[in-house]
Amino acid sequence: MPGLGASFGRGAATNFQQDLANSDCILIMGSNMAEAHPVGFRWPMKAKEKGATLIHIDPRFSRTSALCDLFVGIRAGSDIAFLGALVHYVLSHDKWFKEYVLAYTNAATIIQPGFRDTEDLGGLFSGYHPESISYSPKDGHWSYEGHDGEDQKKSEEGQHGTHGDSHQGGANQTHKPQRDPSLQHPHCVMNILRRHFARYTPEAAARVCGCSPRDIVRIAELLCSNSGRERTSAIVYAVGWTQHTTGVQIIRAAGILQLLLGNMGRPGGGIMAMRGHSSIQGSTDVSTLYDLLPGYLAQPVASADHESLDDYVKKEGLPTGYWVNYRKFIVSLLKAYYGDAATAQNEFGFGWLPRVDGDHSHLPTFDRMARGEMTGYILLGQNPAGGGMNAGLQRAGLRSLDWLVVADWFETESAVFWKDDPTGPPSSDIKTEVFFFPAANSSEKEGTLTNTQRLLQWHSKALDPPGDCRSDAWFVYQLGKRLKDLYAGSTDPRDAPIQALTWDYDPEHPAILPDGRVSRITGEPDIEKILQELNGYHLGPPLPHEENASPPPLPQDLLGERSESKSRRATSTPGEGARERQARRMAHAAPSPAAASPSLDADGGPADRTRRLLRGFSELEDDGTTACGCWVYSGVFPEVGRNRAKERTRTPSNPAEPAWGFAWPHNRRLMYNRASADPNGKPWSERKKYIWWDAEQKKWVGDDEPDFEPTKPPDYRPPEDALGMAAIAGNQPFIMKTDGLGWLFAPKGVKDGPLPTHYEPLESPVENLLYPEQSASPTVRTFTSDKNRLAHATSAEFPVVACTFRLTEHYLSGPMSRFNSWLNELQPEMFVEMSPELAAERGIGNGDWVTVRSARGSIECRALVTRRAQSLQIDGRLVHQVGLPFHWAFAGETVGGNANDLTALVAEPNVSMHEGKVFACQVEKSRWHGPRPGATKQAKPWPQKDPVPETPASAQPEGGFAHGG
Amino acid sequence: MAVRELELGSVPSQREVKPRRFWSRLFEPFRRGRQPKPQPPTGFYTDTTVCIGCKACEVACKQWNQLPADGFEFTGNSYDNTGKLSAESWRHVKFIEQFTREIEGSPPAPRISLDVVSPPDWSRWLMMSDVCKHCAAAPCQQACPTGAIITNEFANVYIQPDICNGCAYCIAACPFGVITRSHFDGHAHKCTLCYDRQKDGLVPACAKACPTASIQFGTVEELRTRARQRVEKLQASGVQAYLYGDTPTETYSEMNSFYLLVDKPEVYGLPESPFNPWLHLRGDYLRTAIAALAGLALFTIAIVFKGG
Repeated sequence: MPGLGASFGRGAATNFQQDLANSDCILIMGSNMAEAHPVGFRWPMKAKEKGATLIHIDPRFSRTSALCDLFVGIRAGSDIAFLGALVHYVLSHDKWFKEYVLAYTNAATIIQPGFRDTEDLGGLFSGYHPESISYSPKDGHWSYEGHDGEDQKKSEEGQHGTHGDSHQGGANQTHKPQRDPSLQHPHCVMNILRRHFARYTPEAAARVCGCSPRDIVRIAELLCSNSGRERTSAIVYAVGWTQHTTGVQIIRAAGILQLLLGNMGRPGGGIMAMRGHSSIQGSTDVSTLYDLLPGYLAQPVASADHESLDDYVKKEGLPTGYWVNYRKFIVSLLKAYYGDAATAQNEFGFGWLPRVDGDHSHLPTFDRMARGEMTGYILLGQNPAGGGMNAGLQRAGLRSLDWLVVADWFETESAVFWKDDPTGPPSSDIKTEVFFFPAANSSEKEGTLTNTQRLLQWHSKALDPPGDCRSDAWFVYQLGKRLKDLYAGSTDPRDAPIQALTWDYDPEHPAILPDGRVSRITGEPDIEKILQELNGYHLGPPLPHEENASPPPLPQDLLGERSESKSRRATSTPGEGARERQARRMAHAAPSPAAASPSLDADGGPADRTRRLLRGFSELEDDGTTACGCWVYSGVFPEVGRNRAKERTRTPSNPAEPAWGFAWPHNRRLMYNRASADPNGKPWSERKKYIWWDAEQKKWVGDDEPDFEPTKPPDYRPPEDALGMAAIAGNQPFIMKTDGLGWLFAPKGVKDGPLPTHYEPLESPVENLLYPEQSASPTVRTFTSDKNRLAHATSAEFPVVACTFRLTEHYLSGPMSRFNSWLNELQPEMFVEMSPELAAERGIGNGDWVTVRSARGSIECRALVTRRAQSLQIDGRLVHQVGLPFHWAFAGETVGGNANDLTALVAEPNVSMHEGKVFACQVEKSRWHGPRPGATKQAKPWPQKDPVPETPASAQPEGGFAHGG
Repeated sequence: MAVRELELGSVPSQREVKPRRFWSRLFEPFRRGRQPKPQPPTGFYTDTTVCIGCKACEVACKQWNQLPADGFEFTGNSYDNTGKLSAESWRHVKFIEQFTREIEGSPPAPRISLDVVSPPDWSRWLMMSDVCKHCAAAPCQQACPTGAIITNEFANVYIQPDICNGCAYCIAACPFGVITRSHFDGHAHKCTLCYDRQKDGLVPACAKACPTASIQFGTVEELRTRARQRVEKLQASGVQAYLYGDTPTETYSEMNSFYLLVDKPEVYGLPESPFNPWLHLRGDYLRTAIAALAGLALFTIAIVFKGG
């Protein structure tokens, strides 16, 4: 999410969903919120009830549009043109929030005079290198004036994404950037912005989007009249923005708009990024991405610049802003990984971290796999054979593996591709050995989910999974144990990281189910121990005042009797006080490295009993005395026995609900909330009061945790040579940024340009009407092979714009929903939504069978002819658009054409995101000639004959929704 | 945190186990248990203006009541693949696509000439979660010959499946087409208003699952007040909203499950003025009785005169 990271500092949704109820106007674009996030959609509905205006802009009239006050249909892939026109309106009508913009954004900062805009260079920024299809910010003079410029960081060089950097969004300035508050300087950001967006007039944008200029002006007026001191507007987006070759820049455009309108960091404002999967936010926080370490630290790359820890910190850390603490984060992470084996002498095991040597994100990996360059793969909770881009290619990849492990609830496409794929070769020709591990579902395991608003919520285990089903955590934990056993006796130095890895999450007690029975599952890790490790703990001796709080040592607790005493202590004795129980848990909470011998403290007890959990990341140290698995999560487990992710205290008077779960960072629900007060620390208005400076208490107060140093006064001004947080002034709310400001112009952190520019999708039936010289994004990466053909440029063969979408009734490619009869009956078949115009042109009737073809493949589906789909007038001709739900494939109770057999493998330059939301296709009235998939699971006529569950067993958390008694 | 579901685990079962006395058994041989105390009437208020068509109510209903999926059939009728209320589907979300042409009364022509394409004038996509209306005077109950359909202590219309003989009179009697007979067991089934959940103090499954409070559950009195306030508010903002089924008409009783609609009832597939078949029958009974009396009188007169 570098779009948000480069603009504001952190790549995550800035506000929380409940806060949408405080908005005066909500612009939903690139999101089908009512269908894809129906539960969260209650908050826009609340806002609507209070009188807010809801706007939906989308290629399709969806269930979201039905509930909004205003709908504007646009062509898929024209988002930047539309948003650019909104920015144009704000600038040309002088509707921007002057005080906010001047104080909190880099509008007045002066950019190097060498910088050339797309307006000057025909759709390209300065610094473009065609041979490497990439930009060099240094050669392009994107930096602030006075700074000698610097190229991309090591971690973002070459072919892989900038996940890490985006979150820092760091321009490496060690001195104060030059500013011109009068905004007269020709190279100040505001004037660059004005020139850049000059051509995005409503008329020009309407030609690109296929809507009317009136609609654009009307929406701009609505946003402007609902922003300012008294009012705030919010923007909601989802994968309808991200899944484009210009996805990051679309989000940047929204960031610019919200900064100009002064909606960032304020209640009812912000940008809500609606995430696509359960806990996908968590998976980026704790990092399942190949180029990130937990907490958005960069995975070191295979380069001399990352050879030593010092080099790495120097290159990745930043001198000013919160990232000055980079060394604390990485050292504490290494201590959590390697325990006592990580010492100052061996750089805390920094050398053991794997180095990135190229792009190993999903798309290039499957491209390589399809070329036969890989042997094995483990799939946990993913279904590339059904849901992957160009799924045909991804299946070809799986077919070329030697072995594949699939852990899932059902036998998904990825588990049965070798026998049930109607387009594949006979199974006798497939060499892949597939191991299927039945997985436990979410009610059969415990743990946290991190949702779209960075909120960690614990869910308890309700019952044991049936049969051999096990949680993913069980699988990974057991795999790790076996690997450690395998390498235990090795003397090869390259096995040292596995030997040194701390891997001790065994539970102290067998798990107890809610009905009081003991779980029959063994070998599960203790998830709370893992969360404690993510939270972090102190390794040093206790502080004097804490020694008193530690429990008295038990007499038997001596060296020779350690194992015995451990087993004795594992059972709770009736006389044992709460404090002792806590202390006992704490002692076991901290993982002790297997290699380390038990050491003793002064009392003769095990030293690890003295470990104290961190109360927040401000307690982190860089000398190896703290361990922390994911610094942004620090504070979720502030003390033994207090798992804040489990907390469910309602605070009806405070909409931020700070005692419900735990939001990173540091339970701040609304990020950059310093901006909810004016530069002097007073609320912008009584109506939009949130966090303000209390001069008497000398601290920031309000409903939420301040996302700012709690006692830094608004009039604080940093000295010339200040470093770290001291360099951030008291009126600079974007503390993750080196200059503390929101970035209208991004001198760094975005690979495809400092400002958003409209480029056509890679496959578009329309030329770029705004920049005729440059059709698609100049930095987009393609993977050409005969399995991944692209219909470049405007093509007569594929004249129809296709857009994939989601239905409420199904989940993603269907691995969780197409095995459920109750969901299948609601949406039983693959269909294509098309306008009556297209249907008439091709002689298609509602419900007819049609074939949809793209350059990658063809599928068969039913026609749903509806006015909700629209054909648009673009540049004087009719362009048809169709919508394809991507929920079907060849495994499950209902099977059908897979929309992802049509999509292409292309990669956005920043995050290697594909362009599933727009591609070119052709639609014909015909059935597909070839083998059709058959259902791999038969629906039972009556779901079950088991006795109807007794009401009292229905232990489901009710939540706080008051309707219906 | 009010979690009724969690509290229930510790509540002892309150099933009546006391043996009945001889006289009680003699005079009321079929009585099972004690008649429950009447409770304030409960029902549903369905605000169609906030329905997002997510069908969570349909799934929650099927899950709680363990109803079968009744076929995987693509209808092509907007997103409605349920089709109708039936013994297997007690909730049915309707989707009504209304675009300018349709409102003007001309259905979209199968061939639309291309010159009319302009930025389409979008109007509305109405959604409504339909369910049994739980009529205060329910024709199905009036028609039931076995007494299987009762009004329970919450004033909900409830079919006792073990007493239903599958005669299907209720199906013909319901003016809303709510009830059908199950293909699986031959009995009539419909929404029970989650009688079992209500007895435990729980909200019916559909209302519980509804994410936008389109389906609201509560006492009818409270719901009516809430609904009328909502109508006033909507009307003040220019929406043509009204309540359907909240007051009795000349031909039909009020309904405990009523709707806030923004278009004519027919648009939602509801009868504009529902008619209780009993009103027809009332005349028939009267005429039959008069005819019988008249016949009897004629007969008597004939006997008297002939005998005289």
